[in-house]
Amino acid sequence: MAVTDKMPELIGKSPLRVDVHGKVTGAAIYTDDIQFGKNLLYARVKRSPHPHALIKKIDTSKAEALPGVKVIVTGKDYPQRIGLYLKDKNIFATDRVRFVGEAVAGVAAVNEEIAEKACELIEVEYELLEPVFDSIYGASPDAPLIHPDMGDYEVANFIFPKPGTNISNHFKARKGDVDRAWKDCAAIVEKSFHIPQVQHVPIEPHIAIAKTDDNGRVTLWASSQSPFAQRNLIAKTLGISESDMRVIAPYVGGGFGCKAGVTMEAMPVAIALKAKGHPVKMRFTREEEFYTNFVRQGLKIKLKVGCDKDGNMLAMENTMYWDGGASTEYGVNITRAGGYSSTGPFDIPNVKTDSFCVYTNHPIGGAYRGFGMSELHTGIGQVMDELAEKIGMDKVEFLKRNSIQGGDINVTGMKMHPIGLQECIDKVAKGINWGVKEKASSDNKLRGKGIAISWKAPAMPPNAGSSAFIEMNEDGTATVNVGGQEIGQGAFTVAAQIAAATIGLPMEDIRIAGPLDTQYSPYEWQTVASRLTWSMGNAVRFAAADARRQILEMVAEAWDEDVDDLDIINGIVVSYRSEKEMSLKNIAVYGIPKEDDQGWIGGPVVGQGSFMPSYVTGLDPETGQGPRAVVHYTTGAQGFDIEIDKDTGKIEILKAVTAFDVGRALNPELVKAQMEGGMMQGISSAIFEEIILEEGVMQNPSFVDYRIATTVDVPRVMETYFVEVPQDDGPFGARGIGEHPMTPTIAALGNAIYDATGIRLEGPPFLPEKVYLAMKDAGILD
Amino acid sequence: MISYHQITLKVNGETEVVNVPANMTLLVMLREEMGLTGVKNGCAAGECGACTVLMNGEPVNSCMVLAAECDGAEVITVEGLSHNGQLIKLQEMLIAKGGVQCGFCTPGMLISAFALLKRNPDPSENEIREALVGNLCRCTGYVRIIDAVKASVEK
Repeated sequence: MAVTDKMPELIGKSPLRVDVHGKVTGAAIYTDDIQFGKNLLYARVKRSPHPHALIKKIDTSKAEALPGVKVIVTGKDYPQRIGLYLKDKNIFATDRVRFVGEAVAGVAAVNEEIAEKACELIEVEYELLEPVFDSIYGASPDAPLIHPDMGDYEVANFIFPKPGTNISNHFKARKGDVDRAWKDCAAIVEKSFHIPQVQHVPIEPHIAIAKTDDNGRVTLWASSQSPFAQRNLIAKTLGISESDMRVIAPYVGGGFGCKAGVTMEAMPVAIALKAKGHPVKMRFTREEEFYTNFVRQGLKIKLKVGCDKDGNMLAMENTMYWDGGASTEYGVNITRAGGYSSTGPFDIPNVKTDSFCVYTNHPIGGAYRGFGMSELHTGIGQVMDELAEKIGMDKVEFLKRNSIQGGDINVTGMKMHPIGLQECIDKVAKGINWGVKEKASSDNKLRGKGIAISWKAPAMPPNAGSSAFIEMNEDGTATVNVGGQEIGQGAFTVAAQIAAATIGLPMEDIRIAGPLDTQYSPYEWQTVASRLTWSMGNAVRFAAADARRQILEMVAEAWDEDVDDLDIINGIVVSYRSEKEMSLKNIAVYGIPKEDDQGWIGGPVVGQGSFMPSYVTGLDPETGQGPRAVVHYTTGAQGFDIEIDKDTGKIEILKAVTAFDVGRALNPELVKAQMEGGMMQGISSAIFEEIILEEGVMQNPSFVDYRIATTVDVPRVMETYFVEVPQDDGPFGARGIGEHPMTPTIAALGNAIYDATGIRLEGPPFLPEKVYLAMKDAGILD
Repeated sequence: MISYHQITLKVNGETEVVNVPANMTLLVMLREEMGLTGVKNGCAAGECGACTVLMNGEPVNSCMVLAAECDGAEVITVEGLSHNGQLIKLQEMLIAKGGVQCGFCTPGMLISAFALLKRNPDPSENEIREALVGNLCRCTGYVRIIDAVKASVEK
């Protein structure tokens, strides 16, 4: 279907968010706001206190005897395994627990207190096993096996588990000849980094309510980025037909990846299957949100990079050990993404990458805004900084010389599409006044600047699809139906904007159908991977073009004119030939009467569109090479100008600047809002955040002990820029930007710390005490 | 057995009489007894600010207040900020400046900002930041929220 190429006026403007009125008045409905009446049961979870143990016996008799307890389920009831890319997880542990906090049993009772009390009364006998708390050790032959049956697990064909080990995926990339390249290098840098686990911390904790009807049909209400993936995975696992499982997903109070795939949502369903007629609500406490929810997995990365005497990159060796946690059903693909993007946005002729996803007895690693890229770039961004210094080249010049450009062949053999990374680097360098050494504001402060670049491709199955349909209403407005979720990023607003621009309606004439409901909403794979503006945007654009075509054909017939002479402007069909005009009011549903009462033309207009990339190819399992590993990359740069207090080690960001090539900024203010929020989340992860694990037990599962950035931590000056080198298959040229702004942050801040102090820390968080002690050890405080 | 208390209070200008168990928080009473679900439950531990309401003119974490303590109190929630569909300036500015993303922190943020402007009609940027330090937001990076409060100052 041809879609007109002219750029509508609404594209590149920033109309207000379509969801915002309800959100400022308290009217917007989130999952926990839905009322379920007196029949509601409350579910709580019995959890493992051990990181690794066999379950010898579970005695639920005392809990069952507690008045008010309705249902108790354990792993015995549901031996099936669930998982997105590798089915390695049980809904409730069956024979073995693999992390502290793993669900062992679920209880539904008439209130939360009784359910909680019942959990305490469940007695579990364990036989303790030797745990694994380190990913490098876990990958070694000495480590005890966490999933001895891994060889039997169902797995996607692009994931390569190594049965008989704890390695659930090994992604290899081999390009050129690294071993030969080292001798041509004039400078080589070797360094290791450790990036700890962090938590997503949506302000809305996980919540899901499930209900089974008498006929066995299940409805799940969930705070969800992925109603369709949840329907698919939960239904399949529990032996329900997908169409007999309905997922309703209201507004999401923050996701960042942790409400993608299936994390906790299968538990209330499993309980509700045994409590027919009762809605069963499971709501995580903040503590559970911290220690049982999927985490951003830890990474130990070893890097070796080299360049020639002119500063041209020659080789990279990158070995990554991802702390995948107790289950890597989602994490295996994060480590794959880390593999196929393992050079960062650099053009390097010789590359050897090994990315290992390793089971440990730590919390489960899952999708987190950026999907492996913040972790990966933490290493890459800092070794490149040192390599530039070692070869004696200005760091920005080094980045510009070596950053990947359109036409280059990347690490997996894919030809890069046109990108504006060079311009992003320029904007950031200018923004932080790069090249000018500036004085600290006082004698007890050290000042430094750092810059880093990053890239990220949507990490997803090759055929992740989107669909949309648009119904015209009697009043001439259009209702846009999508399956992609509004998680704060502005997806509904951009969908409305694309529909309005394509049909020829004013923004205020668009309604978004909601909440998402798999019974009515069109299919969308998941709201993840910065893929909605691009993928769902295409589906909406096609649906809108289809609706527009139907309208124009109807009017053309009524006026006996050519469709090519007609247009729709602000909801009015106009003819450039006859200068006739007709409002969409009424006609888009009721049609147009023929002259002299001789019948009718047209009828209710419903446009439909779908989009699925068809060109992503597989990669050779031994070399990681193939024609096209991914759909595209969004690239960009970030820089900081900071001061470090010598008395406290505290970092103050004087200026934060970022620039990304978004293809086309459909809504510039939303793009900038993503860049600000993402950069701030990156700063928070760089300076404050770490899940502190001791023997597998999280030591800081509260906002008091796990600090995230607050208003007082916002840099005084923050600048965001976008560059627009269009994406050939994006709607109006757009690419995604949701995740990218936090991916270079840790590296850029690490480089600024190095510039200020000469100290290179092994990894975040760059806490004041850590920075202070490092400065003390380095003898720069005297 | 948990005892019940009959309390009389004003919520968003309306006088309400409710029978509440002794262990019920103001948060739960507002959400579950009165259907004021604009008040959000983010941590139930007084740490995130999502449940902030005005109690007798002061911003409080409603998860940290027992409903039974509210006898005679005047409570204002996010639902009580606008009147007859007319948004207050803070709400308008939050929209105009783009200070809303997922929206879950928004009700508490608005109440804290509203309380700030009541006690200090012309706050400095530092005062704005300090007034909102107890309201966590994970989406916006706070930049546009701070801008919205600045823009709401009546000059």
